[in-house]
Amino acid sequence: MSEHEHQQNHAEQEQHIVSPRIYLVIFFALLVGTALTVGASYLELGVFNPIIAIAIAVAKATLVVLFFMHVRYSSRLTMLTVGAGLFTFMALIGMTLSDYFSRAWGRW
Amino acid sequence: MSDSTAIAHGAHEHPPYQRHHFETMGQQVDATTFAMWLFLLTEIMFFGGLFTAYLIYRNWYYPAFVAGSHQLNIFWGSLNTLLLISSSFTMAMGVWCAEMRKQAGLVLCLVLTFILGIGFLGIKTIEYSEKIEKHHVPGFHYSVQSFVDPSSDKEAKDAGDKPLRLDMARHTEVYFSLYFAMTGMHALHMIIGIAILGFMIVRARAGAYTTGHITFVENFGLYWHFVDIVWIFLFPLLYLISRHQ
Repeated sequence: MSEHEHQQNHAEQEQHIVSPRIYLVIFFALLVGTALTVGASYLELGVFNPIIAIAIAVAKATLVVLFFMHVRYSSRLTMLTVGAGLFTFMALIGMTLSDYFSRAWGRW
Repeated sequence: MSDSTAIAHGAHEHPPYQRHHFETMGQQVDATTFAMWLFLLTEIMFFGGLFTAYLIYRNWYYPAFVAGSHQLNIFWGSLNTLLLISSSFTMAMGVWCAEMRKQAGLVLCLVLTFILGIGFLGIKTIEYSEKIEKHHVPGFHYSVQSFVDPSSDKEAKDAGDKPLRLDMARHTEVYFSLYFAMTGMHALHMIIGIAILGFMIVRARAGAYTTGHITFVENFGLYWHFVDIVWIFLFPLLYLISRHQ
């Protein structure tokens, strides 16, 4: 194994260690998000009630994926895997819902 | 490890936990992380099907889903969200302890995660038993009483529900079918996670994860956070978005 390859492999082995401070900040952000979403559910916002609730849930899930699940610090392969999964998921759900919601209005 | 394997490993210098079909430890970690994420993607698709069914039926039988959702208790739901987020935090700290080779800290974090998980299931049991008492479990004993006559039902009366016609009231059974399917599958994932946590606590006490090889803790952490994310979406969809109307 050449010296260059050896260094490269050594770099690969170094796992990024996320500090407890970051975990604590994310934990606090998740608590605030939970309080906000519960609070918002008591307000009369019409069509915006579900939109706000889902938006907060997406924000919370993003924080969990990026920091608790370390994707922010992971290899490109992991990022690509998560991204591809999210894209496929959105495509499947989006196309199914757009089909159901756009046909036979009021005739079920 | 016997002497002969120790010599064999000494000959080509790699950690004892590195499998021989991997060139480097980095490659092994990358491969296992990749595999874990692929598994989680199949889980996302699985829960995604349930979420899609919920959204379609909510759109179809909207008044029934609103009335059904009023039967859930926001206090229990919020408390469970709190427990699960806290358990995700303790699990993340557990991974950090394993990385820093702090055995006592790791055991403490795993035990806390275990207790918070049990607490979540305990509250779910309280909620389920309320549904059983009120005959809101889909099946032969399902009762639409709370929905055709809201004045007879405390939760429906508090929410100011209007009486539903019998055909729409019947569709509340669809709401509760999806409620039990989604929270039940989530609870099953929690039970499996708690069982694995129990196993990990025993292994961690024996010093298994504080030798520099943390793949198992790391990947279990990914699973546990995934289960947390599912609840982050279940909570608003089932409990919160239909409080008005």
